[in-house]
Amino acid sequence: MQILVCVKPVPDPEKYDLLMIDPETRRLIREGIPTVINPADKNALEAALRIKDTTEASITVLSMAPDFCADRIRECLAMGADEAYLLSDIRFGGADTYATSRTLMKGIETIGLAPDLILAGNESADGATAHVPVQLAEWLGLPHIANVSSIERDTRAGQAPGAASWIIHKKAEQGHIRYRARPPILLSVERNSNRPRIVSALGVVKSKKKKLEILRFDALDVSSDTVGYAGSPTKAGALSIPDLSRTGQRVAGTPAEIAAAFMDIIKKSI
Amino acid sequence: MLREAFADFVNQEVAPNAAKWDSEDHCPVELFPKMGELGILGVFVPEEYGGVGLGHTERVIALEEIARHSAGLAMFVFTHQLGVAALLEFGNEAQKKKYLPSLCSGEKITGLGTTEPGGGSDLLGAATTAEAKDGGWMIRGRKCFITNSHTADYAMITAKSGTDEKGRNLLSVFLIEKGAEGFNPGRKENKMGLRGSVTGELIMDHVFVAEDQVIGALGKGYGVASKVIGEVGRASMAAISVGILRGCLEESVRFSNKRIVYGKPISKLQAIQFHIAEIRLAYEAARLLLYRAAKRKDDGKSAVAECSLAKYYGTEAAASAAKRTIELMGAYGIVNEYPTGRFLRDALTSISSGGTSEIQKLIIAGDTLKQYAV
Repeated sequence: MQILVCVKPVPDPEKYDLLMIDPETRRLIREGIPTVINPADKNALEAALRIKDTTEASITVLSMAPDFCADRIRECLAMGADEAYLLSDIRFGGADTYATSRTLMKGIETIGLAPDLILAGNESADGATAHVPVQLAEWLGLPHIANVSSIERDTRAGQAPGAASWIIHKKAEQGHIRYRARPPILLSVERNSNRPRIVSALGVVKSKKKKLEILRFDALDVSSDTVGYAGSPTKAGALSIPDLSRTGQRVAGTPAEIAAAFMDIIKKSI
Repeated sequence: MLREAFADFVNQEVAPNAAKWDSEDHCPVELFPKMGELGILGVFVPEEYGGVGLGHTERVIALEEIARHSAGLAMFVFTHQLGVAALLEFGNEAQKKKYLPSLCSGEKITGLGTTEPGGGSDLLGAATTAEAKDGGWMIRGRKCFITNSHTADYAMITAKSGTDEKGRNLLSVFLIEKGAEGFNPGRKENKMGLRGSVTGELIMDHVFVAEDQVIGALGKGYGVASKVIGEVGRASMAAISVGILRGCLEESVRFSNKRIVYGKPISKLQAIQFHIAEIRLAYEAARLLLYRAAKRKDDGKSAVAECSLAKYYGTEAAASAAKRTIELMGAYGIVNEYPTGRFLRDALTSISSGGTSEIQKLIIAGDTLKQYAV
């Protein structure tokens, strides 16, 4: 069984109070903020690793991110993934979810993957749109389930070996929905749906021997107007900071005049 | 990435429990298999014996991360690693294959016991004896202040196994398995610091050990013990002190940024900044001494003097830094809700563990008189 896990390096959510937005480009200024694997994506990877713990499976990790994120992708290999691909090129920068999901799809085509399961975190901690996994499924023409809280092997009698199907629990507003699903399928996994394993020292050592390939723009069958900022229909609007400053105002007069003045101020403000 | 991995483990499993282990003096043996699985216990042991195949630098990184929150747990772990190092460096192939995998995995616990009521650093003055009998050795004696005394499955101890031509004691190292007839832990100490690691007595009342449980060459136990304690043990104590120093630094910065006095955080006050600068300097210096010593060990060079430098400076500096941190925090510093009191108790306890500061100075001076003779 082949499992593909899509991950996104994001600024450490615990340091969001240090994040700034560039007023010109309207992009996040990430300098000085450590990069981590998106927490929900770690849950997706853990879900894949748990399948691998009990089943013959290989796990490929795919990400679109700058080169400096390679260490974070290697962390996925240290956790137990078998190989990883990083789509990295200056032309991929500034992509919205549409361009990102399309580039990921082209990456999968280029690598020649035909995964039985594609797992991704339900949403990223920075963008939090939850678009990319379902868009990717649409590009690939696959069924998809979002808000997945657990993945279990369907153990009903009569399952032919190799024709594994899965019982998927999806978190709903009121309770859970239980699906029975056959591969290939894309599942976007809820944050905190499991406890990702801690990287072991031996895992770190082994990760250095595993394949981590960086694929550039030229390796993918894409044109420059379909990737990155140029290929993104979403454009950031104006940025404004609300004026929250306070000023004092002295009200004088008789108690009745002061009360009337207060009422007047209140009426004007609502 | 390795340090991050160790820190992840510590943040999840150690930091939330450190204060409880300290107040209850609980030794978290239940964490050992997890630490084995993560490769912490045998990080410096080759893969063929169940380890990770890295070195002592990585080993002290793990200890620093653990000691940042629980110096007591770091003490427990490193004492286990003392026994592992003795087996790895001096054991024969059969002993390595027999014992190391379960020690690396955390299934079994070990330690190294040399100190006796007569003193710790006077190894050759040991009163514990080993007499040849029935193809093995009969051991009699008592060890004290032994870490992992009550938790170890395999205790490695030094005993006098003969004398040389000048009548001087010859020591050997023996591995005694838990449950051996006549072998029992004795008194368990109620320590001021490094709580969470068990320290106590080992009593050997006519304990028989087989010939194949001698670790290293017969009569060469002094070399085994002094090398393992001098390098692995003292580097570990230095790592514990670096962890405590980092704890002091982080607590000082966190508290002084939050504590508002005269309308501003006390971190804006020069008197507080002086404290923070001193702690930072001590942390950086102790860290550099530690990692230089560990690197020498990994390079296969003698690191006894370097480890003494790191241990002496680090433990004394950690005690000063803990006191500074308490002073910086005012009345909050003495409240046990904060870890500062634990830092001070752990740092003070570290000074005498693995050789007092005076012993370190003797080693440093001896090395200096040779190295710098002109």
